[in-house]
Amino acid sequence: MLKLRSFGRSIALVSVAAVVFAACSAGGSSPAPASSAPSAAATAAGSAPAGSAPAGSAAAGAPITVGYLPKDIVNQYFAAAKTGVDKAAAETGSTVTQVGPNQATAALQVPFIADLTTQKVSAIIISADGKDEVAPSLKAAMAAGIKVVGFDSSPAVGAYNVFVNQVDFSGVGVNLSDWACELAPSCTGDIAILSAAATATNQNAWIDLMKTTLATDKYKGLKLVATVYGDDDATKSTEQAQALLTKYPNLKVIVAPTTVGILAAAQVVKAAGKSDTVKVTGLGFPNDMKPFVKDGTSPVFGLWSVPDLGYLSFQVAAKLVSGEITGKEGETFTIPSLNGGKPYTIGKDSVVILGPAFRFDATNVDNFNF
Amino acid sequence: MTTAVAPASGERRWARLLARWETLLLVALIGLIVLGTYLSPFFLTPGNFSNLIAALMEVAIMALPMTLIIVAGEIDLSVESMAGLASAILGFLWAAGVPLWVDIPLVLVVGALGGLLNGLLVARGGLPSLVVTLGTLALFRGLALIVLGPRGISDFPAAFTELGFGHVPGTLIPWPFVIFLALALLLGIVLHRTWIGRQVYAIGKNTGAARFSGVRVTRVKVSLFVLSGLIAALAGIILTSRLSSARADAGSGMTLTVVTVVLLGGVNIFGGSGTIPGVVLAVLAVAVMQNALRLAHVTVEVQSIALGLLLILSVVIPTFAHQAKSAIDRVRGGRPPPADSVPHGERALS
Repeated sequence: MLKLRSFGRSIALVSVAAVVFAACSAGGSSPAPASSAPSAAATAAGSAPAGSAPAGSAAAGAPITVGYLPKDIVNQYFAAAKTGVDKAAAETGSTVTQVGPNQATAALQVPFIADLTTQKVSAIIISADGKDEVAPSLKAAMAAGIKVVGFDSSPAVGAYNVFVNQVDFSGVGVNLSDWACELAPSCTGDIAILSAAATATNQNAWIDLMKTTLATDKYKGLKLVATVYGDDDATKSTEQAQALLTKYPNLKVIVAPTTVGILAAAQVVKAAGKSDTVKVTGLGFPNDMKPFVKDGTSPVFGLWSVPDLGYLSFQVAAKLVSGEITGKEGETFTIPSLNGGKPYTIGKDSVVILGPAFRFDATNVDNFNF
Repeated sequence: MTTAVAPASGERRWARLLARWETLLLVALIGLIVLGTYLSPFFLTPGNFSNLIAALMEVAIMALPMTLIIVAGEIDLSVESMAGLASAILGFLWAAGVPLWVDIPLVLVVGALGGLLNGLLVARGGLPSLVVTLGTLALFRGLALIVLGPRGISDFPAAFTELGFGHVPGTLIPWPFVIFLALALLLGIVLHRTWIGRQVYAIGKNTGAARFSGVRVTRVKVSLFVLSGLIAALAGIILTSRLSSARADAGSGMTLTVVTVVLLGGVNIFGGSGTIPGVVLAVLAVAVMQNALRLAHVTVEVQSIALGLLLILSVVIPTFAHQAKSAIDRVRGGRPPPADSVPHGERALS
């Protein structure tokens, strides 16, 4: 009997909670028309540049509110990209709010998209933890008038207005082959690839393009003896690099198209005292690679400028908000400080490419800090 | 008859305490709503409540059978991996061209079988559920990775993704919330108003006594684990739908949140007490808190500190409240303190 009464009381409590909950939801429905405001503003601003150039530039320079949503908030890479976002935002007095999970998991990233939508930011700049997982929420954000700019890792096509690609993918395959050729004596000898995970999309695309490039006449002296995977894990990458040195005594170059792999490979080669005979190249952070550039283990490597990637992403977001661009294929725009002042063209699937991979060597590596 | 008499006097005290705990949770929930309104102008907006609820529904759904299991004095740590396995099998079958109306029941059966494995090892094998389900936590995740590998399957039909991401037509109520409420009502009735529920409490308080009183301990425990596996698989299906993607790593890290919500709801980790309405309130409180902190741009680290503190408080407050109450009772009633009690002054300090 008592138990029933207490259960009844509990039910009553839950009912009260439900009523409060419902009241809040209902109370919230009155500002509904306001939710269309951002899109209306964007449309209004969008029509301006068509009429007159000065009006367009004024709209483009207006401060905006941007949500910056990296894969996770503990990765250095995204901190470096954010310096570029912040720099671009500071030029117009815009506000950038960084939000995001502390581990790169799509399920954890999704609620942040919903929250930014609730907050009616002008634009979301996102590196997707999973292209399909974030798509429904991003589409809902776009439906609410928010501009979505993808960078680094793309959301599914249709779930963003513009995706800013860090690098010309086909170019990377050629770059990696060129650097290997440059480091191997007379462009001949055994080379090996130390990649990230066997399933990593970017790395696999680059490796395929690299193989295509290596098949051409210029590189016929180079022999790719192995492709191994370090899973972007420092320990595993180190073990794989050590195994390469043991297994292939004539190895001339290790190509690691991953920032984790290249650092591990350089450390292993240096520790083995083979810096003179085995060279390391690939994609790496200047800060990681500075010592190895100087001691000759890794005289040349590449990456894109991560702050520039953030800078361009913000500029694209601002131009989408002002209506200067809509994200349609074929549209062009100019960012004075990037791409040598040459215009960018929006390509297939609304993708903009930051530029070719940037080559770091002894002459310039000290100028970079990321 | 025999089953009802033994626990009655103990239950009376607990029932009173728990009713109070739920009141406290309700106050906390209202407080959090006020805090949220204060922290962000966007808190009380259309869609926000829908968002904050939707983000936690898989956890909430898995918390319901977990409540029964913890009340019965056991635990099931494998739920997040079962959700992942469900997602993986669903994705694998769909990619292989098997229609969803076949996939979904099949996945639910797998969930029930996984739960049966847990249940048999615990109840028949007499092994500690902490160890058994820690094992199946790894086992189910491993199976999920074998089934689907590292790929993601995402070409599900819109009707299916609507289940997880959509709302009841004309409202902002997410479908998963409807499923959660229905399950809460069902399990609430089972736990609080039926003989099955009484047996669950009896097992949690004193398994030996329950067994001697004629409770079929093994059968009840196995059933609870089967239910937990089944509902974890359902949560996996909902997660797959909400994220429109099937992945082997779906749900990772959720178990801790599930257990946190259940304990915050006033369920005793040692078994024997706890209510479904308490857990429902805890789900709402955690959802509101996480959302309010996110809207206020509080970092994830601070959010997890807040959740941790809330959990610790949920253990500390009832303990103090209980001690304070017995002290007051003794002073006011002038009754002699129970034989095992220490003098008033020291008691109040502790």
